[in-house]
Amino acid sequence: MQAADDLQSDGGGGVLGWLGGTIGRILVSLFVPIVTFVVLWQGFIFLRDTTAAKPVIVVVAIVWGVGGVALLFAVSNWLIENMPLVWRRRLLPFVFVGPGLALLGWFLALPTVRTLVLSLMDETSSQFVGLSNYLFAFTDRVMLESFRNNLQWMVFGTAFCVGMGLLIAVLSDRTRYETVYKVIIFMPMAISFVGAGVIWKFMYAYRGEGFGVTEIGLLNAVVVALGGTSQAWLLHPPWNNYFLIVIMVWLQTGFAMVIFSSAIKGVPGDLLEAARVDGANEVQVFFKITIPYIQGTLITVTTTIVIFSLKLFDIVRVMTGGNNGTNVIANEFYIQRFTYGHAGRASAIAILLLLAVIPVMIYNLRQFSERRTF
Amino acid sequence: MGASTASIKKQRFTSTLLVNGVMIVICVLWLIPTLGVFITSFRQSDQIFRSGWWTIFPHREWVEVAELKIDPAVDVDGPITVEGVTTTFDELRQGIQLPDGRQLTWHGNKRTRTVKVFEQQWKIFDTSLTLENYQNVLTGKEIRFKDAAGHEILRQGNNLGDAFMNSVAVTVPSTIIPILIAAFAAYGFAWLDFPGRKVFFIVVVALLVVPLQLALVPILQDYMRLQLNGTYLAMWLAHTGFGLPLAIYLLFNYIGGLPRDLLESAFIDGASHFTIFTRLILPLSVPALASFAIFQFLWVWNDYLVALVFLGDANRVVTSALAAMVGEKGQDWHLLTSGAFISMLLPLTVFFALQRYFVRGLLAGSVKG
Repeated sequence: MQAADDLQSDGGGGVLGWLGGTIGRILVSLFVPIVTFVVLWQGFIFLRDTTAAKPVIVVVAIVWGVGGVALLFAVSNWLIENMPLVWRRRLLPFVFVGPGLALLGWFLALPTVRTLVLSLMDETSSQFVGLSNYLFAFTDRVMLESFRNNLQWMVFGTAFCVGMGLLIAVLSDRTRYETVYKVIIFMPMAISFVGAGVIWKFMYAYRGEGFGVTEIGLLNAVVVALGGTSQAWLLHPPWNNYFLIVIMVWLQTGFAMVIFSSAIKGVPGDLLEAARVDGANEVQVFFKITIPYIQGTLITVTTTIVIFSLKLFDIVRVMTGGNNGTNVIANEFYIQRFTYGHAGRASAIAILLLLAVIPVMIYNLRQFSERRTF
Repeated sequence: MGASTASIKKQRFTSTLLVNGVMIVICVLWLIPTLGVFITSFRQSDQIFRSGWWTIFPHREWVEVAELKIDPAVDVDGPITVEGVTTTFDELRQGIQLPDGRQLTWHGNKRTRTVKVFEQQWKIFDTSLTLENYQNVLTGKEIRFKDAAGHEILRQGNNLGDAFMNSVAVTVPSTIIPILIAAFAAYGFAWLDFPGRKVFFIVVVALLVVPLQLALVPILQDYMRLQLNGTYLAMWLAHTGFGLPLAIYLLFNYIGGLPRDLLESAFIDGASHFTIFTRLILPLSVPALASFAIFQFLWVWNDYLVALVFLGDANRVVTSALAAMVGEKGQDWHLLTSGAFISMLLPLTVFFALQRYFVRGLLAGSVKG
């Protein structure tokens, strides 16, 4: 592979020429990065201090950000290519992988260690307090409530997402309008949790009793039309948790459905046909052939949704803020850090989250490397 | 034989009908929440509270058709005869049904001597739709609207227009930068040799498990020290950092799988690694890049937590602007619904335009930590 590079390297001229060339090279090598740096710095200053119209700022920011990264790659590559061959070979890989590794180190690898350290410190991160933050995490009333709720999200949310996803995948596979159905079920995946929060707050809207009050939330309107009394659905534990879980099912079923759907299409047709000829009915075919055949996919989808439900934050934050017995771990992390300003407790909770996710994630990765999406 | 084929056909027909029926019910259930918000976003602020959004569909409604005066000679405490029916004041207060389907209701107290006649009429379409909500929610200037009780309200607008542009400014670089960096890194891991290559790659994959909550507290400390909080740059860096493990992993799988001969022949032609990467590898990797790009785009656009922590109230993006509205103006449904729709506009467009890549991207994204 390196043969081409060898051919390119020059034999060199006289000593003087070599000296002049080297000094020139060094000067140019210094000049280009300095110019690049100045240009990028000017962009940063402009964006920081500007009072220009918003669209202008947006365009400049995008050009500066994306262009800046491309420029940095180009310039560092140019620098390396002007170096002697030995150094070129040694450094070129780091032009390619260096920025990625540096960012990963800063944003994920180091923070893991730092959070671990912070979790052993007090709220202002100034004194070592041992495991007392973890003791808090496992004994505090709100934390225990959050664990319980996350467990509910995990069990019911996952079960309904997987169940509905499977049902829809199987049913839509037998119709001519499969694409239409699938697009409709899948669409909520494109909606943010905050947007979904607004949508479902409106579904659950409650206006209270009183003369001439019309319920404008669909759920209460249906209840009233059927002769019941309207309810503030999100106020009463434990039921409010289930009304929140409905939102997750609405959002994530599409994900499960799409993956199941492609797995079901992979079940060999002659296998199904043989079972039917042998007199198996559709229900038997489904449980005895389809399910065992897509078992791997079934587990992957389940674990993915389990991880999702463990880290769930936005829905609870927007809908109830974690009040009225609906708190979850990720929201308690946010409250501890940003409402109470307790870095130690927040870090301990984050570490617990990591510990909870690791086993599921490892399993998922192993499955993924066997599956190879691309 | 003929009879049995017919019965099989019939059986198949009923089962198709049944399956389609169930699917239609599920799809309607799935669509209703979004539809409700969509319709409400076009209704007038005071009307939203007067009737449910579903009333814009054709429905029958009680409409007042006449007003009857009770003859002063009639004793309202005794039996009253109106429209050929004999009844009492108390019954009229509750409302009575006439044999022809009309309804009579006493208006006000006893002294008014007024009975109103209602008739069920078909209302085909609620004509009072408006685009005003969208104007009001997009602007940052003062806005006026009517609340539930019909009072005029004067309020500062939510400036979702600015928030939308902030979202664009955050999302576009946060999608492209990680792809660029990850593609370089994936090429490096796949085709370049350097000490520690395997170890570094294992670390990258291992970092997939780290939930981003873990990084928030320490990174926030760094940002405060560097005074980066509230800037676009802070968001780009954070989203790039959090997105990189998945991006590198996916692109490595793809770029590492490209045929070796291709690269070797380029080398023999004297091309450098950089040229091969930009001229050959990037164009060949477009499907993988696109799939990841769509996932990352949606992830960043819909993200709330990272924006909440690193942007705060400066340069608010649409998700945090919308969430703030839910907190401050929980009853202003005309603004909330139109705001929600503005926040969905771009992702839904991407979804419908690039459905195939979209699904693949989300599949790939299923391993994000």
